[in-house]
Amino acid sequence: MVPSVRQNFLIAIVAVAIAFVIFLLGHPSRSVDQHSNLTVKMVAPDFSMPELTGGQFQLSAYRGKIVLLDFWATWCDPCREEIPHLVELQSKYRDRGLEIVGVSMDDGPEPVRDYYQRFKMNYPVVMGNAKIGELYGGVLGLPIAFVIGRDGRIQSKHIGATDISIFENEIANLLQN
Amino acid sequence: MNHTFEKHNLVLATWIFPILLVYVAFAYQATLIPSSQLISPDELAKVLRSSKGEKPLMIQVGSHVLYSQAHIPGSEYIGPAASEDGLQRLRKRVEPLSRNKFIVIYCGCCPWSHCPNVKPADDALQALGFSNVKVLYMANNFGTDWVDKGYPVEKGD
Repeated sequence: MVPSVRQNFLIAIVAVAIAFVIFLLGHPSRSVDQHSNLTVKMVAPDFSMPELTGGQFQLSAYRGKIVLLDFWATWCDPCREEIPHLVELQSKYRDRGLEIVGVSMDDGPEPVRDYYQRFKMNYPVVMGNAKIGELYGGVLGLPIAFVIGRDGRIQSKHIGATDISIFENEIANLLQN
Repeated sequence: MNHTFEKHNLVLATWIFPILLVYVAFAYQATLIPSSQLISPDELAKVLRSSKGEKPLMIQVGSHVLYSQAHIPGSEYIGPAASEDGLQRLRKRVEPLSRNKFIVIYCGCCPWSHCPNVKPADDALQALGFSNVKVLYMANNFGTDWVDKGYPVEKGD
């Protein structure tokens, strides 16, 4: 009756299964192209805002590049988890024409500046507001990301935590075209 | 038998309990709010539509940028209860109220399991002795679980 190696193995599998379920509970499945008045293939609404680090950001100035427009906030845990992966993605694909743009939905810039420096964010970040949120169909929950093609049209919308491999596959495909 | 039982307990302690402890440590606290204290969007919408019964004081305890885009009509913005400032504003707002006042708090900034605001707000109200507090359960966020479902919203401050 002493637990055998097999029993230990079974318990380990149960433990891993529990951990996997916990992971899924903590990372709700993402959906694409939901909850928006915007539709895929529409031209992404243009906006201009001061960049966090100085200078003026204008979305339409990035026409010709693939843009990943990431609505996030420092208080949003799934958003924070994505940032290091987005930094990697930006480094990997910048030369091929990717530009990631962060739109922070924080109520003020102080925590964003701190986060920007701490995580060595390597792409432009602007402070969002209700007007920009409404332009994009209402940013009423985070994170939300839009992938925008070289022609400035929205290719997809991702609501909730999105695995970086989903972004990468989509971006790599768009960069090939 | 006792020996076997102890061995099994040891295995459980070795494999399963640490995982559960890690979960408890990292899980966002919203998941720890008792289900008896939750109110669904559908239930709240019915309460708001009904001509009978007490209408709740509704308090949004999330970000102002989200509130100004859309919020439940009649609800008040207090600010993120994850911050001490937000909690103080909440305490100040409810301080003069009867402790059996029907209060609904909501956020919807993030998926429920990641919301940093509703649990601290609920804790603060419980600590002040409020006995009729409900927390609006939104599995995904305010947009998906309230706005997209066609429940009433208004914009602005």
